[in-house]
Amino acid sequence: MKTTSKLFISCEEAKHICDKNQYGEASLKEIITLNIRLIYCKVTRIYSKKNVKLTKVIKTSNVQTINHSDKKSMKQKLHKELSK
Amino acid sequence: MPTNTIDPNSWVDKYSDYLFNYTIVRVDDREIAQDLVQETFFAGLKSMKNFKGEASERTWLISILKRKIIDHYRKINSNKGKAEVRMNYTGDSETEGDWLEERVADPFDKNAEGDLENEELGLAIHNCLGKLPEKQSLIFKMKTIQGFDTEAICNEFDITASNLWVIIHRARTAMAECLEKNWF
Repeated sequence: MKTTSKLFISCEEAKHICDKNQYGEASLKEIITLNIRLIYCKVTRIYSKKNVKLTKVIKTSNVQTINHSDKKSMKQKLHKELSK
Repeated sequence: MPTNTIDPNSWVDKYSDYLFNYTIVRVDDREIAQDLVQETFFAGLKSMKNFKGEASERTWLISILKRKIIDHYRKINSNKGKAEVRMNYTGDSETEGDWLEERVADPFDKNAEGDLENEELGLAIHNCLGKLPEKQSLIFKMKTIQGFDTEAICNEFDITASNLWVIIHRARTAMAECLEKNWF
């Protein structure tokens, strides 16, 4: 009985695992439970499809951002200039 | 009638990533791109009086940035004449004996259309990121684009791992929806 409850997860749990999986942080057990849910839950399937698509799009776009610390120093320089 | 206002205090948070992405595809150097964005902000401050409010703040900053990028290339080109160019015909043993033609970059290797599409996609992603709440956007960028560890982000923002995943979930859902409307 205990094993059954571990194998079947809720939709919210499945979405959470799906998110973790996009960053390679889901465990093998979590991936198995997610795949079981994907067989019978349409909502999870749609969410998973969109999630994978988003990961792919961000990877292929090669989008880049400025580091948090560099942004801080940019802000400081701008404030300094503003207060002149 | 002018409808847009200007607020330099929010420039870094609102536009720095967008401008950076716009620049990096044109100069291909992170440091130079960052400097150009900073210079754009400084130039924006100096010419704030000229902002008529007809265009959005971002469009106005992009027009300044474009001039900065052109100036950057002008500077490089004027330095080029003075620089000494050294070329070794046979630099490494691996390619020794190859025809020079074989070493020239393949012009068809880089797909210009694909590059343009990537740039547009990058800007669409930044547009969508700009619509997220600030903290959500920051955490999503650190996790998804900059590839920070969960632990490092949790320490930086003083949040638990489960908090982080809730934020990531909300950000991913909003991003997927936004890109669905504007890109897919």
